[in-house]
Amino acid sequence: MSATMQVSRRDFLRTGAAAGGLVLAVQLPGCGPRAAGNGGQGTASGDAKPVFEPNAFVRVGEDGSVTVVAKHLEMGQGTYTGLATIVAEELDADWSKVRVEGAPADASKYNNIFWGPAQWTGGSTAIANSWEQLRKAGATARAMLVAAAAQQWGVDAAGLTTDAGVVTDPKGGKRADYGSLAAKAAKLPVPENVPLKDPKNFKLIGKQSARVDTKSKSMGQAVFTQDVKLPGLLTAVVAHPPRFGATVKSFDASEAKKIKGVREVVQVPMGVAVLADTFWPAKQGRDLLKIEWDESKAFTQGSAEILAQYRELAAKPGIVARKDGDAEGTLAKAARTVEATYELPFLAHACMEPMNCVVRLSKDRIEVWNGEQFQTGDQGALAQAAGLKPEQVSITMLYAGGSFGRRANPKSDYLLEALSVAQAIKGAAPVKLVWTREDDMRAGQYRPLTLHSLKGALDGSGKVIAWHQRIVGQSIIAGTAFEPMLVKDGIDVTSVEGAATTKYAIPNIQVELQSPVLPVPVQWWRSVGNTHTAFAVECFIDELAAAARKDPVAFRRALLANEPRHLGVLTLAAEKSGWGTPLPAGRARGIAVHESFNSYVAEVAEVSLEGGKPRVHRVVCAVDCGTVINPDVVRMQMESGIAYGLSAALYGEITLKEGRVEQGNFDRYRVLRINEMPRVEVHLVPSDAPPTGVGEPGTPPIAPAVANALFQLTGKRVRTLPIRV
Amino acid sequence: MLHLDKAESVIALTVNGKAQSVDVAPDTPLLWVLRDTLGLTGTKFGCGIAQCGACTVHLEGDAIHSCITPVSAVSGKKITTIEGLSGDGSHPVQQAWMAESVPQCGYCQSGQIMSAAALLSKTPKPTDADIDAAMSGNICRCGTYQRIRNAIHRAAGQEA
Repeated sequence: MSATMQVSRRDFLRTGAAAGGLVLAVQLPGCGPRAAGNGGQGTASGDAKPVFEPNAFVRVGEDGSVTVVAKHLEMGQGTYTGLATIVAEELDADWSKVRVEGAPADASKYNNIFWGPAQWTGGSTAIANSWEQLRKAGATARAMLVAAAAQQWGVDAAGLTTDAGVVTDPKGGKRADYGSLAAKAAKLPVPENVPLKDPKNFKLIGKQSARVDTKSKSMGQAVFTQDVKLPGLLTAVVAHPPRFGATVKSFDASEAKKIKGVREVVQVPMGVAVLADTFWPAKQGRDLLKIEWDESKAFTQGSAEILAQYRELAAKPGIVARKDGDAEGTLAKAARTVEATYELPFLAHACMEPMNCVVRLSKDRIEVWNGEQFQTGDQGALAQAAGLKPEQVSITMLYAGGSFGRRANPKSDYLLEALSVAQAIKGAAPVKLVWTREDDMRAGQYRPLTLHSLKGALDGSGKVIAWHQRIVGQSIIAGTAFEPMLVKDGIDVTSVEGAATTKYAIPNIQVELQSPVLPVPVQWWRSVGNTHTAFAVECFIDELAAAARKDPVAFRRALLANEPRHLGVLTLAAEKSGWGTPLPAGRARGIAVHESFNSYVAEVAEVSLEGGKPRVHRVVCAVDCGTVINPDVVRMQMESGIAYGLSAALYGEITLKEGRVEQGNFDRYRVLRINEMPRVEVHLVPSDAPPTGVGEPGTPPIAPAVANALFQLTGKRVRTLPIRV
Repeated sequence: MLHLDKAESVIALTVNGKAQSVDVAPDTPLLWVLRDTLGLTGTKFGCGIAQCGACTVHLEGDAIHSCITPVSAVSGKKITTIEGLSGDGSHPVQQAWMAESVPQCGYCQSGQIMSAAALLSKTPKPTDADIDAAMSGNICRCGTYQRIRNAIHRAAGQEA
């Protein structure tokens, strides 16, 4: 995805949008009192009357409270804090009075600037695309508050200063807080081209550390979709087909209907839904359904057969995604060549909150409550399915209990399922669709199973002279609304990102892609194509370094000599890890460096074998994400990306057998636990470049860093994930 | 399916110091009684099979998985949920969680905090091995484990 990012120079700040109706204030029954406080909920409520709304992103109440409207989903990555920090910085707000509220679905105001007219969160773009927009939003609000004070005091605005929510006239010795000026400011014209702060004067950016959602999330008060209650709400649990492509032939709900609390059993396109007053009877009812499935069109292959086909495909030329020089010719003539094939499995996102969604359907309206990651896509899909216009679909964006990409489903899968249930009962009640862990894990939408076939050539001095890479894996983008943007000449750019975009200075490079079509639904998974390309590229470059008898860091440095940001993180991580210094017996280090979403990350893993299994003791991470909004949030995201990637490297694997998904829960889909968490040390490269994302870029380097360390330890290469030593 | 009449299915329990009686099927997991019947949504559903710990609450002071505990099994017993841990976030574990900026998505954190609080009530100065043993039943997909460890040491008054 990073390959297509282009910052639009258009100014999306709607300075004229001061009129009311900015925010859909949805009061969740039973949740109101909690909504007061800093960033508690992600829904609007409990605000003091906003009297000053200079734009779509900030409101100032008469009590001095500052509400920042976040257009991006808070799914753990800290974006509410980051977005609010940018506004508060330019506004010179009192941070203790800043609260954050999730934006409604309205792409005319809240589109992701990197993605044209679409409102969504993804590709680690939240901070990057909002940076200028929110600085202007905050600066404009500040200028108007200052103008109001100048008018009130009859002085020149240029002589006034601001700090922590107060305007001061140093000469006249006067002070007024923002709340007292809000009503007056609201009557002033909205200025254009307000100057932004000199970054050297930043008070919050680069320094702020407390997240706005920490307290509510430490008290069980943060509201997730799972927690939504509405009058008359029914909970739906759906029986899904045992194989992809199967459909309901017939069903018998007589036993299900005997469960106390079960209200309705309805057939929907995705299966059979049991609706009950609460979850437990709905689930019991679902489990008692007797369903005959039509599997005549179902997918019945297993992972082994898929992999066998992929190996055959890898022997055939694919579509060329990058061609520098003549890699094939150079390989044919080279004195030394190295070959390796890397195989990576399907992966589930396995967010802690299984997918769920609340839909209230009426004649001319759909209301949605969701950990909403893709407003524009979901609005469109729901509207189309109901014969409505997108603007008739309102969405309340709640906190998401993780997502890692899952909740931005380009097919709107679980939302459409919830709507279909609401339609089946003709909108008689609001419907909360709840997937069990097994429903979630077996629904597909996986990181694609992928195979990389690599060939490299070295000259007599050990210099890499050719690189040939053939990638086999399903396209995530084909068939989605993103296809016109992200599939070019048959190449899904997300399948080759991180490989075709490699910055290693090799004179002859060829990267090819084979995109087989399978009925297993696939989707972006934290860092998308980089999840597999970084593994293949960083393992293979390590293999070439070994073949050239060079140190892995020195070898990479030589190939990245003209890439200062890669070099910066590589050097810092190596230095901080003690690269080259002795380790206790039985331990080894491995390194990987990778750019994704315009952020640069290098990681050094320190690994041993315990009882024949890899044990990762320490990970030293260096990151360059441009201007750092909040250093602690950056550290958190590196820690998080490393843990998530390490889960996949050590354990992550969704397998199919005769078309059935073999894993359903955390007993068979193992993830990292606290006793397996390495010590993670994060180092930030100082930078004044514009900020780039941190939600995903920590993930790609960890699997190759661990695999490369295991090679140092055992002399054997890890070429298949999850790692089996 | 077992069908008990209304009189038989009323179960009494004490939740966060308050006496409650709930009219549900006796095999209903405590988790859903807390969430759906009593409206205490701080306790979360993550797996339903005691694998992830998002549903952790205290039963007479011990950390248990409410997702596999039938409500009938806790009849007459004292339950504490995240809502009852302090009420105002002042519990040392909650304070430590805030000081170490533990939560990311936050979905697992109620369970993490309840497991940590139970650990500290029995082992006031836990070692790393104690923490591993007590906390490895709680999954966090955001990978906040390092901060959880630091926060537990902090709450215990120890250097992380």
